[in-house]
Amino acid sequence: MITIPYTTALTTLFSYGLLFAFGQLRDLFRKFVEWWSSSNLHGYAPICLGLEDFYVRRLYLRIQDCFGRPIASAPDAWIDVVERYSNDYNKTLKRTTNTSKCLNLGSYNYLGFAAADEYCTPRVIESLKRFSPSTCSTRVDGGTTILHTQLEECVARFVGKPAAIVTGMGYVTNSAILPVLIGKGGLIISDSLNHNSIVNGARGSGATVRVFQHNTPSHLEEVLREQIAEGQPRTRRPWKKIIVVVEGIYSMEGELCKLPEIITVCKKYKAYTYLDEAHSIGAVGKTGRGVCELLGVDTADVDIMMGTFTKSFGSCGGYIAASKEVIEYLKYTCPAHLYATSISPPAAQQILSSIQVILGEDGSSRGAQKLARIRENSNFFRSELQKMGFEVLGDNDSPVMPIMLYNPAKIPAFSRECLKRNVAVVTVAFPATPLLLARARICISASHTREDLIKGLEVISQVGDLVGIKYFPAEPKKQQEEGRVKLE
Amino acid sequence: MASIVMDVMKTALDWVPGALNAPFARAVLFGVPIGGHYVVEALLVVVILFLLLQKSYKPPKKPLTEREVDELCEDWVPESLIPPITEEMNYEPPILESAAGPHTVIKGKEVVNFASANYLGLIGHEKLIESCTDALDKYGVGSCGPRGFYGTIDVHLDCESKIAKFLGTPDSILYSYGISTMFSAIPAFCKKGDIIVVDDGVHWGIQNGLHLSRSTIVYFKHNDMQSLESTLEKITRENKRASKMRRYIVVEALYQNSGKLAPLDVIIRLKEKYRFRVLLDESNSFGVLGESGRGLTEHFGVPVGKIDIITAAMGNALATCGGFCTGSVRVVDHQRLSSSGYVFSASLPPYLATAANTAIDLLEENPVLITKLRKNVALLWRGLAEIPGLSIASDPLSPLVYLKLKNSTGSFKKDSQLLQDIADHALNKDSVLVVASKRSTLDKCGLAAGIRLFVSAAHSESDLLKAAESLKRASELLLAGYN
Ligand SMILES: Cc1ncc(COP(=O)(O)O)c(C=O)c1O
Repeated sequence: MITIPYTTALTTLFSYGLLFAFGQLRDLFRKFVEWWSSSNLHGYAPICLGLEDFYVRRLYLRIQDCFGRPIASAPDAWIDVVERYSNDYNKTLKRTTNTSKCLNLGSYNYLGFAAADEYCTPRVIESLKRFSPSTCSTRVDGGTTILHTQLEECVARFVGKPAAIVTGMGYVTNSAILPVLIGKGGLIISDSLNHNSIVNGARGSGATVRVFQHNTPSHLEEVLREQIAEGQPRTRRPWKKIIVVVEGIYSMEGELCKLPEIITVCKKYKAYTYLDEAHSIGAVGKTGRGVCELLGVDTADVDIMMGTFTKSFGSCGGYIAASKEVIEYLKYTCPAHLYATSISPPAAQQILSSIQVILGEDGSSRGAQKLARIRENSNFFRSELQKMGFEVLGDNDSPVMPIMLYNPAKIPAFSRECLKRNVAVVTVAFPATPLLLARARICISASHTREDLIKGLEVISQVGDLVGIKYFPAEPKKQQEEGRVKLE
Repeated sequence: MASIVMDVMKTALDWVPGALNAPFARAVLFGVPIGGHYVVEALLVVVILFLLLQKSYKPPKKPLTEREVDELCEDWVPESLIPPITEEMNYEPPILESAAGPHTVIKGKEVVNFASANYLGLIGHEKLIESCTDALDKYGVGSCGPRGFYGTIDVHLDCESKIAKFLGTPDSILYSYGISTMFSAIPAFCKKGDIIVVDDGVHWGIQNGLHLSRSTIVYFKHNDMQSLESTLEKITRENKRASKMRRYIVVEALYQNSGKLAPLDVIIRLKEKYRFRVLLDESNSFGVLGESGRGLTEHFGVPVGKIDIITAAMGNALATCGGFCTGSVRVVDHQRLSSSGYVFSASLPPYLATAANTAIDLLEENPVLITKLRKNVALLWRGLAEIPGLSIASDPLSPLVYLKLKNSTGSFKKDSQLLQDIADHALNKDSVLVVASKRSTLDKCGLAAGIRLFVSAAHSESDLLKAAESLKRASELLLAGYN
């Protein structure tokens, strides 16, 4: 739970109020101008509606340069950020040919498979030559190559489930598979901070959706009891089935799911569990098998295990792992399996090879080293940030660590100042977070060296002082040093 | 005692009509003579209103006790997660052992491949592979982040401007998966209260987008312009507020579910008449239709600016993955923050964007690919003439050749099983890979099942003839009882 200091909340609200007021004022002028030059699209309602457009025009455009920064390299520990300039007050940004080398604290490159890898890349290129970039066909038609079947077996084995199905995009995995599993008369109970793809899938399914307080098993139990007792709205029929959807690591909070408690509750009330491991698979757990391994949950207790390959594995696509029957049913009717181009063969090979590295099947201990490294790196970075007095969210062992910024003016300030000092960070604001809870998000990678991290910490500390986001008192220097010595 | 009551009753009953009639018998209110019965009726109305306004009886609401809730939870039995697995669900797709080019290997045997929408034959193209290899070396495989957060690689921007330049639109936006393009782009522009008129044969990606948009959806008959016109007419006439709402027509250029071509000239005329915006899915026509492969707009000579939003999957003619959406700067920019599949998903792997770049270059350099493709389609048509039991339902220009049963069994399942048998026969006996259409239980499309042949510019004449002959033999054998 985040508790905002009173004054911070006040200043934040005031800033947004000011931005809003000026935005409205400018809109008023714009109306006059548009009225003058009456548009030729007479008879059509405007294609972008007032308020959603307002946010973009009047708030987002001011700080547009902090988002979507193009890079000209692999998203590895260091990236070449392409410099941009604007001649119209940030309305449009133009690329230059200059780049600056920055420390990458933004990509989901948890295990460092994003860049060329001695084991994976040659195999990927070999698959590219053998299979071309695409099959131009769906999985049920002519889009299943031997790589696809190998991949599904390999993923099932890695995740610890009897079978798996793979699609070419994580987002689609959620949004096309939830509707297959549940429909009208069913109930989806979703964590309040679940990813948009889950929200979309739930909405697309036609099932009733209820939300429980973020990562709070007791509230989940409350909701479950209430819903089972009440049944469907109006008809009061009992629910056909209930699916509880949670994530392994919440990407905007850096928090680990309280999976053991949630599983206990779900079992007690006979609800099915759907676990999205987009950020946790590969990144946590002793052998990289995700939150189940980390928190000691038997994978047999999770009905549907979902995950993506865009993060730890440095590829693209998503999977569902479940019982043989569920996968067979999904393969029979899931639209992503029937209608979507199958996952690109080289990308499939990247996943296969990276899992082999993680499991040590490449004949080296690189995988184990990577896993140890990300854990060490994350915990080091997190504790250092906390010592400096930043308000850092999330749990230990999680490679995602949000730093709270709150005030809208601090978003671009933090991002730009860091970039000036060659550190690329991600800032997140509304609509990805609640309006008042803007934050910067650090993603740590196994490919960061200790020097990289120390440089990152120095810059963040400097900028933190400059921007004024050290909301907590810093620990005395001496203790800090001791802490560091101990950690090393 | 009783008689007194009776008496009183009697006099009262006598009095009532008299009393009611007498004073009002000739009363005239606003020029209407009021008979006594009006008074009674008025009284009744008052009583009814009074009763209606009373709070209806509700049993006092007592919350369930913990024990009761416990029992209810105990008693509740959920359905199983999936329905029972039946025989028909068990389908093993062919497993390819080499690239899905015009010829591929299945179970160690070389087969002619008509299952890949590799229209221009770019699968396995040397230049494509070469550029992808370079990209893989430079950028790795995945982009490890959404576009907003360092997932924008320079090749994405190059690819976006290349597509826009190729089509002659102001800007375009890349999606990381073809199917997500439509179902993200539609909800970005259509919200509750908007009206969408849509062909009832559109593919699932569009259907899902429509559903997610929560707009009012009105279907018109598949590729039937009269039906479209009457639908538009009806909406405009019936809905006084229509001009204040956003109105869209959603069509596919070349329908994945039938191979039919949308008559864009008519659609544009209707759109302008009724002032609807048009959303066009060019997944199967981009790179295929028109002199230089610019799609349906070029084919009909319609300026591309007349179409408000164009989407396409790149997993067909361009032989890569992903999708794009193109239109005015406003349309594109709006999606960069409002389209969920763009904002909340990792970006397209850079090597696939490079592949798209190269594919467009190849297309521009070799317009002959398009003529070759057209020639091949015509060849296949000639070969398939007089095929027993089946008829070609697709447009003569469509590289997706769609064979329908002449006499449907009346059920999609049975039809598609029958067609699957033909496809199996062709694969096992003649090494020709063709596919029967399959439909998800979520798909609302009601069009007939068919065998789909994806013709490629890389097919040779003998490939096409072989496929035609094989299908003829198979259908002769398997459809004998259905003519
Ligand atoms: C929890 C969760 N699920 C699904 C996704 C979507 O995955 P992809 O980027 O592969 O589409 C994400 C990505 O950000 C995610 O965080």
